[in-house]
Amino acid sequence: MKALNRIKNQIMKSEVLLSLIALLLSLLVSSVVIVIAGYSPFEAYGAMLDGAFGSGYYLAQTVGTAIPLIFSGLAMAIAAKVGVFNIGIEGQMIIGALPAALVGTYVTGLPGWLHLPLCILAAAVCGGLWAAVVAVLKNRLRINEVILTIMMNYVAMYIVDYLVNYPFRAEGMIIRTEEIRPTAAMTTLVAHTRLYSGIFLAVGAAAVLWFVLKKTCFGYELRAVGSNPDAAEAAGINRKKYVLWAMLISGALAGVGGAGEVLGFYGYYISNMTSGYGFDGIAIATMGRGNPFGTTLAAFLFGVLRNGATGMNRSTSIPGEFIQVLQALVILFVSTPGIIRAVQKRVKRKKVKKEAA
Amino acid sequence: MYAVEMRGVTKRFHGTLANDYVNFFVKKGEIHSLLGENGAGKTTLMNILFGLYKADGGSIRIHEKETRIDSPLAAISQGIAMVHQHFMLVDTLSVAENIVLGHEPRKGVFFDREKAFEKITEIAEKYHFQIDAREKVGNLSVGVKQRVEILKALYHESSVLILDEPTAVLTPQEADDLFRVLRGLKADGRTIIIITHKLKETMAIADTITVLRKGRTIATLPAREVSEEKLAELMVGRLVSFSVDKKPLRDNRPVKMKLSHVTLQKGSKKALQDVSLTVRGGEILGIAGVEGNGQTELIEVLTGLCSRYKGTVTVGDRDVSRAGAKKLLNYVGHIPEDRGKRGYVKGYANWENMILGYHTRPDYITKAGILKTKAIQEVTRRGIEEYDIRTDGIDQTTDSLSGGNQQKLIVGRVLMHHTGIVLAAQPTRGVDIGAIEYIHTQLVRLRDEGAAVILISADLDEIVKLSDEIAVLYEGSIVARKPAADFTGRSIGAYMLGHTKDEEVQA
Repeated sequence: MKALNRIKNQIMKSEVLLSLIALLLSLLVSSVVIVIAGYSPFEAYGAMLDGAFGSGYYLAQTVGTAIPLIFSGLAMAIAAKVGVFNIGIEGQMIIGALPAALVGTYVTGLPGWLHLPLCILAAAVCGGLWAAVVAVLKNRLRINEVILTIMMNYVAMYIVDYLVNYPFRAEGMIIRTEEIRPTAAMTTLVAHTRLYSGIFLAVGAAAVLWFVLKKTCFGYELRAVGSNPDAAEAAGINRKKYVLWAMLISGALAGVGGAGEVLGFYGYYISNMTSGYGFDGIAIATMGRGNPFGTTLAAFLFGVLRNGATGMNRSTSIPGEFIQVLQALVILFVSTPGIIRAVQKRVKRKKVKKEAA
Repeated sequence: MYAVEMRGVTKRFHGTLANDYVNFFVKKGEIHSLLGENGAGKTTLMNILFGLYKADGGSIRIHEKETRIDSPLAAISQGIAMVHQHFMLVDTLSVAENIVLGHEPRKGVFFDREKAFEKITEIAEKYHFQIDAREKVGNLSVGVKQRVEILKALYHESSVLILDEPTAVLTPQEADDLFRVLRGLKADGRTIIIITHKLKETMAIADTITVLRKGRTIATLPAREVSEEKLAELMVGRLVSFSVDKKPLRDNRPVKMKLSHVTLQKGSKKALQDVSLTVRGGEILGIAGVEGNGQTELIEVLTGLCSRYKGTVTVGDRDVSRAGAKKLLNYVGHIPEDRGKRGYVKGYANWENMILGYHTRPDYITKAGILKTKAIQEVTRRGIEEYDIRTDGIDQTTDSLSGGNQQKLIVGRVLMHHTGIVLAAQPTRGVDIGAIEYIHTQLVRLRDEGAAVILISADLDEIVKLSDEIAVLYEGSIVARKPAADFTGRSIGAYMLGHTKDEEVQA
């Protein structure tokens, strides 16, 4: 009972509640929009839930969609923890995904237990170094990371596009690389779905990240730098070192996220395969309040929304785009805690009044 | 006849009562001191009078007329002016331009600058302000800037003038000048309200005193009928001791730290100029000076936060010049001048902040770099107990503590980990009398135990009360350095203003 109360207090106090209220509010407001457009919100949400959870296949798709989203959310979260706004995750994903595909294709004769980790390592190193360039420029020349990461997205996109279009393009109509060797592939967990063994890697990464941030000296110093750089400096902490480390980890996570799609789902690198996962990471980390587990949950939610939209298109005449309205509202409410706190206050006041009466 | 009557004024912030049915009456033509500790609700009350906050309840009468003041503009049109603690001036404009800003005299559609100069010069002369209306505000000293703010009020023909902690940034001499100005305004029939927590200046200038405590009016009384001790008791709610018991200086006072010929260039000017200091164990070295005369830079040199200086710093016989903050933390315990900036990490729990800067000690981390949470929390519990930090517990975030308790946590942290030298910069800034008393006692205890204490403070009373030896910083140089007994508050004030000739100091 005591433990339960403590958990309850934690939730009440913490940001988890805020995110939940934000979700409820957005569901409410979107249903108004849906009604105005002349549809039934019950039908819409029903179809959404059905599309996300309706069968084993759908559920597997939903969880599978969450894999790259977890990685990009975590990548965003770790950078944000040190106070860097990394909008370059999309670029870091593809700059990691292509080398993973190339190592998977052109390195031969290795056993699976070595080949697959090598591919993942290639992705982590390339993604990490790519992001570290931003950290170095920021540390040395004090260039704003937002501008840098946005620009680096384009650079990454064009480099990778060139490589896929010319030197490494496979035969055929589709712009993609050659198929990877079976020794480099991740295991598909449910046949014909996106759900591959990368999910364990993603959840594991979240757990490790949580441990590092909360329990180690490294995490303690890193968070101090992000939250109050002046106090960190006065405490003898080297700010630049942590900016560099956070970006290395951020980029590596993003790269592995991109590699997962290659090694677990497509089996090759294909142009435009990240389809905005990197940008969703910003919203996901915000919704997860920078907590690795919260971020993982938020990634699942976004997986539900993405697949729910497909479900709505499939089984109703309601356009799946409404889900984008919902998604936008979630982000809006999560990033404006003032609104939520005002709602909370009003509810509390009513309660007080009721008790007084 | 009352100039201001505030009845039953109530103001709530996030559920806490900042003003709880406050009554505040100011007679026309008097100097009225609104006295109370930090957080007593003085500034809130005056911000309501000036229209910056809206009261949740109560009524306001100005010159016997019921009014509603819902914006500073409304307050100004009622003849109320406020001089804030942080001046609202544009450095790149001249004195006159600053004063007429928003109400400029015009010639057609153009700003009539000459008319502005004329008008301001005229007002300044009338009230014997020695001020050049054409001077850029950026070139003025703090005391003169304050006078520009007062001139602004006179330009608006305000009859009620509110000053928020007006002497906080002034030397004793400048404060005297200010009081002279205020008495002149009073003779002119204006009403003046001073927000303050300083007893001395209240006694020096006020006709009537209203004491606030925890958002309530405690008393309104004529100044000549009370003593400082009585006022302190009313403010705090209990008897307060003004003196600290210091043991006599010990004979054996080894040199703990030495600065030799430290010079620091900042931009085109020298922030520190050939500063040499010797810090001894068992001694409090007070460093006095008007803020902005090199204190911040000196702190950064002493703590290793700045390494771009010339000269040497030694601890014992070790040269630690330019060794960096991390290294210096092993030698110098640092109570930072701005606790929100360098003192604690926002969002960190008390137990996380309790070890900040000392977190790499083997007591707190394993060889693998994992925090020993249990040990840290135990230390924090002990610290909370020992340093009387009022908090819900070790898991509460430090930023949600009151200023005094945040400061006690920082002082506690340094005292628990220090290795013989402590640098206390503005250790009691923005904390209440109770906490000030406590922190002073702790610093003296530290000295009595044989540690070296460097006290950097803008509060002259604090310097005089605690120090064994005093050095005065002026424009980056040490202009005077003597045992505390050889100074008077007034002579330190003269050095702080840069008067170095003896006759000026005597005057």
